[in-house]
Amino acid sequence: MSSRRSRSRHSGSSRITDDQINDLVSKLQQLLPEMHSRRSDKKSATKVLQETCNYIRSLHREVDDLSERLSELLENADTTQADLIRSLIMQ
Amino acid sequence: MAMNFHQSAIKTRFAVRFVQAMKRLNKRRGVTTTDSYKRYRATRAAACASMASAVGPQRAWSRAVLSKTKRRRFQAISRKRRLINPRRNLGFGQEEDLRGLVPGGKGMEYCSLLSETAHYIRCLQAQIQVMTDILHHSSSLN
Repeated sequence: MSSRRSRSRHSGSSRITDDQINDLVSKLQQLLPEMHSRRSDKKSATKVLQETCNYIRSLHREVDDLSERLSELLENADTTQADLIRSLIMQ
Repeated sequence: MAMNFHQSAIKTRFAVRFVQAMKRLNKRRGVTTTDSYKRYRATRAAACASMASAVGPQRAWSRAVLSKTKRRRFQAISRKRRLINPRRNLGFGQEEDLRGLVPGGKGMEYCSLLSETAHYIRCLQAQIQVMTDILHHSSSLN
């Protein structure tokens, strides 16, 4: 039964509409810091994808930087785990 | 497809997993402190794996990350997914660039690439927030 269902996947229901894509692109656009501020003008999908790539790269760099700084803490600080988590959850 | 993103729950789960991973790295002090680059790589990998683990296997991007770390456990799922979602749209330019940035992006169809990207960005934002909090907290203790 399941194999039959997977075989008929081409027809109808799985078709992607332009509306679906536009909706997803605008959701993506709302997550971008620069584009969110001037949302009045609607950007092309290509532009949104380009900005998305740049933004993900900047987020990756930030995680890289934070990892480096946290790894430096490993050698000296010996913070208690419970205390740390408690303070994070409280926020 | 809906963006129901339990940000605070994911943040808490990530914080717990990441701090535990840091604790484990700390225990292996002898190995990790000799080389500062190695220590950085281990922390970076822990941050990535902890985030994917906090999200769980229901997302394609987190599944891709988890399958790298826990290959045996998730291999079956990801192979099945690849059969269901063939590379319908190989894309070019920006799209191809994006596929390289989102974990598992190379095997996704266009629609799920977009929704996985949105989810992935929100997770990276949450990850950065938690890691910044940990850093501030730790430096205030010292």
